[in-house]
Amino acid sequence: MARIELSEIAHSYLPNPKEESDYALKQIHNTWEDGGAYALLGPSGCGKTTLLNVISGLLTPSNGRVLYDGKDVSRLPPEKRNIAQVFQFPVLYDTMTVFGNLAFPLQNRGLPSSKITQRVHEVAEILDLTPFLKKRAAGLAADAKQKVSLGRGLVRSDVAAILFDEPLTVIDPQLKWDLRRKIKEIHEQLKLTFIYVTHDQVEALTFADKVVIMYEGEIIQIGTPQELFENPEHTFVGYFIGSPGMNFLECTLDGNVARVDGAGITLDEKTAALGLKASGKLEVGIRPMYLKLRFEPVEGGVPAQVQAVEDQGSYKIVALTLAGKTLRARLPEGKPVPDGKVWLVFPPQWIRLFADGRLIK
Amino acid sequence: MEKWANNKAWFLVLPVVIIVAFSAIIPLMTVINYSVQDIWGPGQSVFVGTEWFEEMLGDKRLHDALWRQFLFSGLVLLIEMPLGVLIALAMPKRGWGVSACLVTIAIPLLIPWNVIGTIWIIFTRPDIGLFGAGINNLLGIAFDHTARPLDAWITLMLMEIWHWTPLVILLAYAGLRAIPEAFYQAAKIDGASAWAKFQYIQLPKMRGVLTIALLLRFMDSFLIYAEPFVLTGGGPGNSTTFLSIYLVKIALGQFDLGPGAAFSLIYFVIVLLFSFMFYQALQRVGKGEKG
Amino acid sequence: MKPKKKTIGLLIYLGLLMIPLYWMLNMSLRSNADILASFALYPKDITFVNYLKIFTDSSWYMGYVNSIIYVTMNTIISLTVALPAAYAFSRYQFVGDKQLFFWLLTNRMAPAAIFALPFFQLYSAIGLMDTHIAVALAHCLFNVPLSVWILEGFMSGVPREIDETAFIDGYSFPRFFITIFIPLIRAGVGVTAFFCFMFSWVELLFSRTLTVTEAKPIAAIMTRTISATGLDYGLLAAAGMLTIVPGILVIWFVRNHMAKGFALGRV
Repeated sequence: MARIELSEIAHSYLPNPKEESDYALKQIHNTWEDGGAYALLGPSGCGKTTLLNVISGLLTPSNGRVLYDGKDVSRLPPEKRNIAQVFQFPVLYDTMTVFGNLAFPLQNRGLPSSKITQRVHEVAEILDLTPFLKKRAAGLAADAKQKVSLGRGLVRSDVAAILFDEPLTVIDPQLKWDLRRKIKEIHEQLKLTFIYVTHDQVEALTFADKVVIMYEGEIIQIGTPQELFENPEHTFVGYFIGSPGMNFLECTLDGNVARVDGAGITLDEKTAALGLKASGKLEVGIRPMYLKLRFEPVEGGVPAQVQAVEDQGSYKIVALTLAGKTLRARLPEGKPVPDGKVWLVFPPQWIRLFADGRLIK
Repeated sequence: MEKWANNKAWFLVLPVVIIVAFSAIIPLMTVINYSVQDIWGPGQSVFVGTEWFEEMLGDKRLHDALWRQFLFSGLVLLIEMPLGVLIALAMPKRGWGVSACLVTIAIPLLIPWNVIGTIWIIFTRPDIGLFGAGINNLLGIAFDHTARPLDAWITLMLMEIWHWTPLVILLAYAGLRAIPEAFYQAAKIDGASAWAKFQYIQLPKMRGVLTIALLLRFMDSFLIYAEPFVLTGGGPGNSTTFLSIYLVKIALGQFDLGPGAAFSLIYFVIVLLFSFMFYQALQRVGKGEKG
Repeated sequence: MKPKKKTIGLLIYLGLLMIPLYWMLNMSLRSNADILASFALYPKDITFVNYLKIFTDSSWYMGYVNSIIYVTMNTIISLTVALPAAYAFSRYQFVGDKQLFFWLLTNRMAPAAIFALPFFQLYSAIGLMDTHIAVALAHCLFNVPLSVWILEGFMSGVPREIDETAFIDGYSFPRFFITIFIPLIRAGVGVTAFFCFMFSWVELLFSRTLTVTEAKPIAAIMTRTISATGLDYGLLAAAGMLTIVPGILVIWFVRNHMAKGFALGRV
């Protein structure tokens, strides 16, 4: 078990990186606390897997250091780092039995066989793999195979952290949920550091205590699911988390009123004061679920045109046009469905103000 | 992955059936026809039943050729398979070296088979060949593949290994390249030694292509004709007379049509038997790999 | 340390692979008299007289022309018939499909020597003896099954949804096959053409049996130097060197797909 620190990490796959765009990882500096359940979330190609490989030691970063409990391991190969990794698709030793697969990392480290047998049985018990121990690994279903991959990490009592690289990609939808819950359960039982890479926000938000959002080779926010939802520090986070994502409108400030193409949205005093000091392109952002719809003109209401209504089962998503931009509002079940012209109310406590994409705070 | 059931697909395979049937069935009928007759001139023949088969099955020279053939194919597989895998493992994984290696290694495969024989005559002759002259003069060992059976075999094996190991290398290399990087990463994390990596990842993943290699190498070495024909002509004595060489000697050389035809059919049955065994194995491996 | 040892091993192998070829090159650049007179590791007086003879004597250079003609014919015929058949095997289930596939493969595995005599008689009977097409057709015996086998491997890698979508969009089968499907597996087609070329180019028994003068391939012409005044090693070596050239040219074109092709498209 270990606390993992990344110090000024940058990595490029090119031998002589020149511009910023040559870097897959731009500037990563953060700490993964011992025993935490982290999700590393971001769109495809944002550098998640690269970062994971830097942590595990499969990649040596171009710059920066990796520290495990304060000890510099940047130059150590993966097998010396006591790390385990579960890959996107099951990586098993096909010709071995499940037992053989689980015992393999211990055999390579020269443990006595009685100790190996004991550990393998313990881990198999945790993963519900005991009935399969004598079976050949190649014949298992995909979810059991992923459990075996995970087990190869768990058998090592000295394992510092377990890294997951989109481990549910090839699992059937109905089994995904079970396996995810199993992973979560194991985390609670063993209190190991788990780092879970995914591009699926539901997976990330349900699995992790802390979600790390990556975008174009940078970590742009680390927070609990609630923090990410309520206070996205970057427009990308607002847009990426939540379905549908946050609404953004370009605006100018006029006192404590944000002007959007003539219409005025009232902000609370504190936000407005901060906004006036900020420079760059200003945008107001609000979550669809906090946007209120009114059928008649109201005080502070902004007129908008209904474009379409989408039924999502327990709620409806209303697409609206305001100042040439499309906004989305979430309408709880049972509310009357709007049509034509409506008035939007922006509750000040849920409005966030962004300058050049960054949250003003 | 159920295939669509449709018997109209026969129309698509019809051209192949016609062209192969023309080249395979008509000649085969001729062979069967000859094998049961004694022919001593145009239009003069008599039905002899299984006489030729009995004669050929009892032919000592055929037995010798058959055992020689098995010994040859066995040695070929025993040497070429491990050597091919070893070289494939040593090949670079990326960069310009890959193309350079592939092209260089494939060259022997594209040389006409009799030219292979020619190359090795020139190379191993004791008077003008680098190899032959080198062994005789530098090492002081008498070496002449035209006079001594053992030397003929050594030369033939060297030639065969030189000629066909590239096929095994290319197949093994294709198999190795198809292994996803994650397997190597997992092995690294699990602290596997190079040998464990080979035994538990590379070898099992290469099983499919190695079966194809084994199949092709067995077939082609079992059917070998042109190279020993050019290099040794089956000699010295009969020491390198393999099945095909003996068959051509009987059928085209002595024009013994009946025995030649019977021989052909026996030869064909042997090959067919092995083909079928290998084909079954291949199918099973194919399923195992995909599933 | 270890990668170095591997590289050294590989380089030794490549060196051993090249030495016999170098020796033939060496011989081809010396006159026959010179070869027999003295042993030399490299040609001291380089002469192109052997190559000159091949390029100026029509009975020599026509051998190359003949080989190229029937090899090209065979490649075209094999691909034309094998493409639709491979499609049928990779997509459809039909009565006797497995048996047919196995029967085709047995022809690739049949000893060529068995067919030599019947072929001689068959092509004599239909008056095709000593023509390029006779050799091209004879080589179909092993090249067509091989082509079907390789192409089937490549085609099975193309998802069947593509076919379904095209048929739903109203493509006729020939139009779909030519404008959509073949471009999708063009690497496979290239590799298959390479293999047809290769096996037709290297084969000797059929091409020698079925030709007399008009269509005689270079491989068979080379056996000629063994007669008359003993062996003309210089000339033989030069002719051999020239047979390697077309092979190297075609390898270069398919070098990136070659390994997959040798695995019959099945990796």
